[in-house]
Amino acid sequence: MEQMPPLSRRRLLRALAATGAAALLRPQLASSQQARVLSRPIPSTGEELPVVGLGSWITFNVGNDTIARDACAQVMRAFFDSGGRLIDSSPMYGSSQKVIGYGLTKLNGPPSLFSADKVWISSGARGPEQIEASRRFWGVPRFDLLQVHNLLSWEEHLRTLFAMKAAGRLRYVGITTSEGRRHGEVERIMRAQPLDFVQVSYNILDRQVEDRILPLARDRGVGVIVNRPFREGELLRKLERHPLPGWTAEIDCASWAQIILKFIVSHPAVTCAIPATTRVDHVQENLAAATGLLPDEAMRRRMIAHVEKL
Amino acid sequence: MSEWWTYSLSDFLLFSPRTYYRLLELYNLAVWPWHILAIVLGLAVLVLWLRGGAWQGRIVAGIVATCWLFVAWAYLLARYDTINWAASYFAAGYAVEALLLVWTGLIRNRLSLRPSRDVAGAAGLCIFVFALFAWPLVGRLLGRPWLQAEIFGIAPDPTVVATLGVLIAADRTHWELLVVPLLWCAISGATLWTMQSPDALLAPIAALLALVLACWKTLSRLRQASPA
Repeated sequence: MEQMPPLSRRRLLRALAATGAAALLRPQLASSQQARVLSRPIPSTGEELPVVGLGSWITFNVGNDTIARDACAQVMRAFFDSGGRLIDSSPMYGSSQKVIGYGLTKLNGPPSLFSADKVWISSGARGPEQIEASRRFWGVPRFDLLQVHNLLSWEEHLRTLFAMKAAGRLRYVGITTSEGRRHGEVERIMRAQPLDFVQVSYNILDRQVEDRILPLARDRGVGVIVNRPFREGELLRKLERHPLPGWTAEIDCASWAQIILKFIVSHPAVTCAIPATTRVDHVQENLAAATGLLPDEAMRRRMIAHVEKL
Repeated sequence: MSEWWTYSLSDFLLFSPRTYYRLLELYNLAVWPWHILAIVLGLAVLVLWLRGGAWQGRIVAGIVATCWLFVAWAYLLARYDTINWAASYFAAGYAVEALLLVWTGLIRNRLSLRPSRDVAGAAGLCIFVFALFAWPLVGRLLGRPWLQAEIFGIAPDPTVVATLGVLIAADRTHWELLVVPLLWCAISGATLWTMQSPDALLAPIAALLALVLACWKTLSRLRQASPA
């Protein structure tokens, strides 16, 4: 076990400066717990967004089960209380949109919500109809961000989304992919279209996006949302069989989940990671990863070397 | 779907095991006491199977078709559809199977059963009895609560597997009736496998057995029909 050196302000500043994150990250006060949540500016507008959001893939697809819906609402309450803002969903995720709408109603429509959804239908002509259905499920006046899910019929849908943005019915436009698929096409779209966001999979073991997508996002001023940070829990299950590394406290972490999240959000191109969970303690743990120190480049390399050996 | 080789089964699983089994539990609570009628209908099929009679095939086909329609409506469309957008397509498949059963068995009377006439007859009966009596116990033996028990005529898997038993034991192999049940066993098996359910292979094994026996029956029939 490696020794844990004491934390210092100098170490913090060095860490932030090394990643280029010092200029980007700003602490924000959470509503009830008063925790300082790190945020990043959305490149196209400068609007601040906490670096940890909330995904809804699988976890919020609980159908009409009132007990499970209430549990999801509790997760959402803990998310907002801990300073979270961005919740992401898709028409592909079964009942997740309706469950988010149920939670938002229970929480009386938290004003800090940053609503991110997707359009996922092969017919471009039916995109607006699906978007309107999604909006009704959420119960929001408009979405903050709409993304073309997995690039499905992206040319037609992007036309719709840019038109909505121009008309003031949408604030941001993006595209998504996952598990490293179609990165060549993602790159071409990022170069050709005025995107606000791109959503990709990225974690300490799946780092393909570091080669081209993340540098391109920085160059083009495109925000990056990171999905599947824990490989749907598989990565955590693997890592949690091992003791925490000695350097854990150096980056203000107390769990493997926080180590993984801090690795992701310490990349200067990343705007926000969106882990999904059904548990209040997990959402609080995830948001706690958006506080305190972030690893610098040397620490990131150390983290990779450590995890790859496990 | 481009780059299809990069997809795994887990990419298609939209819900957690907890949600899946909780859905079954809520469904069982909602449709109770229809379980009693379903089991009585299953027993009726068994009695007709063993006793025979002129109306046997028609009544068995009618009962099994009714069960398929009930599962399609009450489970797939009304419940499963809330967590799986593909459920409406599955329900359509179930409705097609019900119509085929009605057409083949009820209207044309081409689905007669005789007990243990040959290997296929005995195997078909065993599969049906397993689906009717043992299937509800499987979940309990694996530690799931009784409220999540899967009952013939109510839940999809035992209904489909029991139907495979009937079809294998029928006088002749009706391939058009086997397509939907075999496909469902593959889909359900893949779903449970992805959820790491210990009973994931039950339906696929029943389907494989039914497929082998159906092939054997067809080949035997062809051999008998060909000149010596």
